[in-house]
Amino acid sequence: MQHDDVIWDIIGNKQFCSFKVKTKSQGFCRNEYNITGLCNRSSCPLANSQYATIREEKGQCFLYMKVIERAAFPAKMWEKVKLSKNYEKALEQIDENLIYWPRFIRHKCKQRFTKITQYLIRMRKLVLKRQRKLVPLSRKVERREKRKEEKALIAAQLDNAIEKELLERLKQGTYGDIYNFPVHAFDRALEQQDAESESESEEEEEEEEVDDEDVGKREFVADEEVEESDLSDFEEMNKLRTSSDEEDEEEEESSEEEEEEEEEMEMETKTKASRSKGKSPANGSAARKKRAYVEIEYEQETEPASKSRTT
Amino acid sequence: EFMHLKFYSKKKKNKKPKKKSPEGNAESSGVEKEEEKMEKSEPGAAAFPPTFSVSEIKNKQRRHLMFMKFKQEKRKQKMQLKKKKKKEREALGDKAPPKEVPKTIENQRVFDETMVDPEDEEVAFDEATDEFSAYFNGLTNPKVLITTSDRPRGRTVRFCEQLATVIPNAHVYYRRGLALKRVIPQCVARNFTYLMVINEDRKMPNGMVLCHLPDGPTAHFKISSVRLRKEMKRRGKDPTEHSPEVILNNFSTRLGHSIGRLFAALFPQDPQFVGRQVATFHNQRDFIFFRFHRYIFKNEKKVGIQELGPRFTLKLRSLQKGTFDSKFGEYEWVLKVSNFSLRRQKSCDKETN
Repeated sequence: MQHDDVIWDIIGNKQFCSFKVKTKSQGFCRNEYNITGLCNRSSCPLANSQYATIREEKGQCFLYMKVIERAAFPAKMWEKVKLSKNYEKALEQIDENLIYWPRFIRHKCKQRFTKITQYLIRMRKLVLKRQRKLVPLSRKVERREKRKEEKALIAAQLDNAIEKELLERLKQGTYGDIYNFPVHAFDRALEQQDAESESESEEEEEEEEVDDEDVGKREFVADEEVEESDLSDFEEMNKLRTSSDEEDEEEEESSEEEEEEEEEMEMETKTKASRSKGKSPANGSAARKKRAYVEIEYEQETEPASKSRTT
Repeated sequence: EFMHLKFYSKKKKNKKPKKKSPEGNAESSGVEKEEEKMEKSEPGAAAFPPTFSVSEIKNKQRRHLMFMKFKQEKRKQKMQLKKKKKKEREALGDKAPPKEVPKTIENQRVFDETMVDPEDEEVAFDEATDEFSAYFNGLTNPKVLITTSDRPRGRTVRFCEQLATVIPNAHVYYRRGLALKRVIPQCVARNFTYLMVINEDRKMPNGMVLCHLPDGPTAHFKISSVRLRKEMKRRGKDPTEHSPEVILNNFSTRLGHSIGRLFAALFPQDPQFVGRQVATFHNQRDFIFFRFHRYIFKNEKKVGIQELGPRFTLKLRSLQKGTFDSKFGEYEWVLKVSNFSLRRQKSCDKETN
């Protein structure tokens, strides 16, 4: 026999109901057939033998009804009525099916039906709008990509590549007449490529040194160490001097000293130019480190003298 | 210590993968591996069992010690070998064999058939008639629209602003939940040539959709390691309004060529050399590194570069033929993420040495 009050007395207040979810202010009912979703005496589907709900399946709404006559047949307990897609017609259907039923259930059924239709409409609208797709990232793949990127960056040697490209463009003349560099440097490179005899290149170097304005200047320089480290900066100077290098190291000619002087001239003008611009290019500083000790040598000789005077 | 260890070795079986046997060889007087059986039958053998591997010692400290010794021995042998080789090389002088070139990924790559030959007529013909021909013939000027995904965070917004300073004639617009498919016809109507969408995830830009507008190809990139201007070390002042030069390195396959043209068409055809600014897209192993520099020629052999502007790396994820259409578009190339990295086998799709 169905004793609703007894059932409610037990599950509602005193003992355990597996569908009940309690929060601080209110209790909810997780039963799928519950019409309001709250845990109440009038909303509990277990404690009411005459009960009705609206449920939605794949966009279709159904009216479920339970009467006490079928309480003994749990398999056939709920009567399922398909509601029409038209909102007003469906409301009439609900009214017609739940005629003579308690006011509360009728009202709550209609409310629930309204809410369901509203959210179905919203779902249909959202599908038409932009949908955000979440693409899962594989952690392993991401880690591997990061490492590959680092390695690729090292292999790329970007600064060198950019500088090389810019110098190439300068040589090919894409810049036109903007930069007025002495032309004989280009000729020197060209002739080096054409002629492969060492003596020719030496003669050209000596002639050009004679043309320098600062022939008479004296510099205090270290020995061959200076030459090699500074020469490595210039890729082309390396090419020019592969043959002449050996000869220079073997025989100390006057041309060697003059070459050193010329290099120092160039380096000094470069450093002065870069200082005047007020910039410190990343490569310039690295290059300057190699040449730095030449400057230091020069300065050290003058500074201590001045210091000693002041003290 | 070694005598004590002999007890462990007696218990082990004969069939052992003999990986770390050289340790025994180094210590003992070169006992062969086959003689292990004989050693087992002689309980009083003083020689150190050769097939004893370091990993069998249960005691961690002792195991560690033995392993260190083993490593040192190996290192010593390596050094000796090196010295010997060096001596030989010096002794031979000029007749010494040339130094071996170390193997790099770029060396080991299998040749890719899609490498573009500079004189390839078919490629030249294709490029004369593709979507970029209008730009390369000087008919259109680039006009770029930069936008983001919904609700961009500060970092992305700043990134977009900096991109707009790098690319001349670029406009940043705030995306207010608009659908790209509706944005595109509006852009075309206003004579934009490029649409660039920076996608954001967790407050960082992580994707870029670059769409060439009058139904041009759409490229989808993954952005990584973004550095904004104020995070750069030793940077220069802000870039000026001059149009920069463009350097495209290593875009040498067919796919690389089309991507290279995609990047080239972002910038106006005639760069202003007065500005001395250069934007570089360098492709290395399928990663495209973007840098923006200011250069100065110190003399005809030396140039100094100073980095301004943002830097980021791109990796191409897909190339689509028409404008942006993720559902029905025709994909020309899609990145395949293979867990098994076939580094030595097929070359990467886009580049060369």
